[in-house]
Amino acid sequence: MDVLLFFVTAAVALVGAIAMLVSRNAVHSALFLLLNFGAMAVLYLLLQSPFLFTIQLTVYAGAIMVLFLFVVMLLGAEQVEDTPDRIAWQRPLGILLGVGLLGVAAAASLRGAAGQPAPGGEAAASFGNPAELGALLFTRYLLPFEITGVILLVAVVGVVVLNQRGRQQAPAKPPAGD
Amino acid sequence: MTNAIPLEAVLVVAGALFCIGLFGALSRRNMVGILMGVELMLNAVNINLVAFWRYLEPRFITGQTFALFVIAVAAAEAAVGLAMIIAIYRSWQTVNADSVDSLRG
Amino acid sequence: MEPLQIPPVNLILLAPLLTVVGWASALLLVDVFLIPEGKKKLTGYLAIAGLLVAGLVGLPLWNVSGSTFSGMLVLDRYSLSLTWIFVIVGALSIAMALDYLPRHGIEQGEFYPLIMFAVAGMILLAQGTDLIVLFLGIEALSITLYILTGFAYPRLTSEEAAMKYLVLGAFAAGFFVYGIALVYGATGTTSLAGIAEFLGRQTLVAEDQTLLLAGAGMVLIAFSFKTALVPFHMWTPDVYEGSPTPVAAFMSVGTKGAALAALLRVLAFAFEGVQAYWLPVLAALAAITMVVGNLGALGQTNVKRMLAYSSIGHAGYILLGIMVASERGAEAFLFYLLAYALTNLGAFGVVIALEQQGESVWSIEDFAGLYQRRPMLAVAMALFMFSLAGVPPTAGFMAKFFIFTAAYEGGLGWLALVGVITSAIAAYFYLRVVVKMFMQEPAREVQPELNRGLNADIIIAGVATLLIGLVPTPFIFLAQQSLVALGG
Repeated sequence: MDVLLFFVTAAVALVGAIAMLVSRNAVHSALFLLLNFGAMAVLYLLLQSPFLFTIQLTVYAGAIMVLFLFVVMLLGAEQVEDTPDRIAWQRPLGILLGVGLLGVAAAASLRGAAGQPAPGGEAAASFGNPAELGALLFTRYLLPFEITGVILLVAVVGVVVLNQRGRQQAPAKPPAGD
Repeated sequence: MTNAIPLEAVLVVAGALFCIGLFGALSRRNMVGILMGVELMLNAVNINLVAFWRYLEPRFITGQTFALFVIAVAAAEAAVGLAMIIAIYRSWQTVNADSVDSLRG
Repeated sequence: MEPLQIPPVNLILLAPLLTVVGWASALLLVDVFLIPEGKKKLTGYLAIAGLLVAGLVGLPLWNVSGSTFSGMLVLDRYSLSLTWIFVIVGALSIAMALDYLPRHGIEQGEFYPLIMFAVAGMILLAQGTDLIVLFLGIEALSITLYILTGFAYPRLTSEEAAMKYLVLGAFAAGFFVYGIALVYGATGTTSLAGIAEFLGRQTLVAEDQTLLLAGAGMVLIAFSFKTALVPFHMWTPDVYEGSPTPVAAFMSVGTKGAALAALLRVLAFAFEGVQAYWLPVLAALAAITMVVGNLGALGQTNVKRMLAYSSIGHAGYILLGIMVASERGAEAFLFYLLAYALTNLGAFGVVIALEQQGESVWSIEDFAGLYQRRPMLAVAMALFMFSLAGVPPTAGFMAKFFIFTAAYEGGLGWLALVGVITSAIAAYFYLRVVVKMFMQEPAREVQPELNRGLNADIIIAGVATLLIGLVPTPFIFLAQQSLVALGG
């Protein structure tokens, strides 16, 4: 049952990702990515990480994707990608090579993983719960937790800095929704 | 019960998503699209982390906690990136990465 | 569930880091609420003071060492020396920016605390002994730098450079996390000590450990992106050209130094057991980095781009010290970092002095005849160019001498040879600037703009460059002392 569910979810995630890649309309892209993130959330659930499941849904699918959609709509950026690239052949070729390389690396890593034991004992069931995770964040992983706080602070300051001078320099333009 | 899902399959899915994200970030010309590709890359890694935690090292929740930090960092990066896109849009009136190329090289 | 037992944290061990972060956060508020528009320079002075205080706080810790936060952070002399270098770099960069920002109409008080946050990220990289901490340190540093790169708002290239940097940086971050995930999958831990223990426990056969090696490779790629080693260097000239010049100066020495310092700890400490695998890869990287960086600088007429390529080349030299994973190599690494940081900050200071308002040219022609107009400035620039080229009696010469000797003794003679040859090539474009300054007539009227901050930067850098070159012994002694008990 789990296996079936896993393969269905994984397929949805991959389809979402590929559709995100090929759709020319940025709004469609964002919505497909949303589908992908949702599928990933289910994957977390299948891997017994309920907390990450909720985080994935609220933070990624909820907050970040809404932010993306908001920016796309705000800037009217949805229909930009219709002009064919002048170097249309070089870039995909180079990227294909890159992807091939990664594929080789992935295959190699799989062979490495196959040799590993895969126990995943019953102990995991109790360790994956949010309370344990929260406790860990405040004990063993206190330092990274605090650094993350600093990173978010810097990002907030940065967003303000990057956009407040736009307002100062060009007051003639209508305020851009903030 | 979950043991029935092979670790290899999870890793392959994560690897494939990472590659799709990489491809997206490289090939899109819409800057918002590029950022979406990057987000997908970071997400794929999270699946890896959780899978490794689940199958190989269930004693410590390092994988899950690290995934949380990655999500936070990805959110910060997305916020800064989108702010930059808005700033660029104000000056160039475009979000097409190819039209923004005054720097040679 | 019983109440949480938060493990005891030894705050003394992160006193410099705490000082920088705390001061920067407080400064953000002070800047917004207490410092009026038009007096933002005061924020800059306060930021410099904060960095210096952080440096002073580190002084009594010289004989302290230990690790805290569940072994994620370590304080040793190595990290302390690096902290001092980073503090100096941050303070000098701010000094350069004090008048640069208002002159180009991009003054905002947040600039200075942001530099401090970047310094904090760098210190984290020097102190971190867990891959998670290293990742977060790199991200703290990078996100700050994306913002700082986009700071020169009226100049459109700045935004573009920032976006380019952000996309490539996020890319590198993706590789970094993927690499860490694979390493974690192979060893079951993210702490450097844990990885070292794992590698020490079992004999490594390539077929068994593809996962680990693939992970280590991806981590190496991420580091190469951040430090602009050659196949991953494409963004460097563009980003340096687009960003405000003080930020470019800061990046060219700070980011590189911090990421390379972390790389040294990762390689020499965690992955020491698999040296046979990474040494050839790193050697190849170093060789092409030295060659491409210096050849790329040859054709540049834009001084900022030339310095960008030069910084790529220098990263190659620094890599030599990292590869010789002995104390000798690490000493040479620290010494080179110090010498290069001071010299490069000085050179960028002169570039800023010549940067005209509202222009983004940085043409080498502007240096023509500088000696007739501003003899002292020309002499200082000549000194920095000599040091970058590695001409005695400057700091650059001593640094190159040490690093090449260390490489030779470490059995990397051919790399040392490549280093010497590329240095000879590099001498051409460094000396071209000197020739322009002393032997040619001015091509156009350029009014060099000097002020207190810039003067301080150029004088400090110039004196230090000469001092380290003439009396290197105390600095070498310091570097040697720094390597007592590397690791943690």
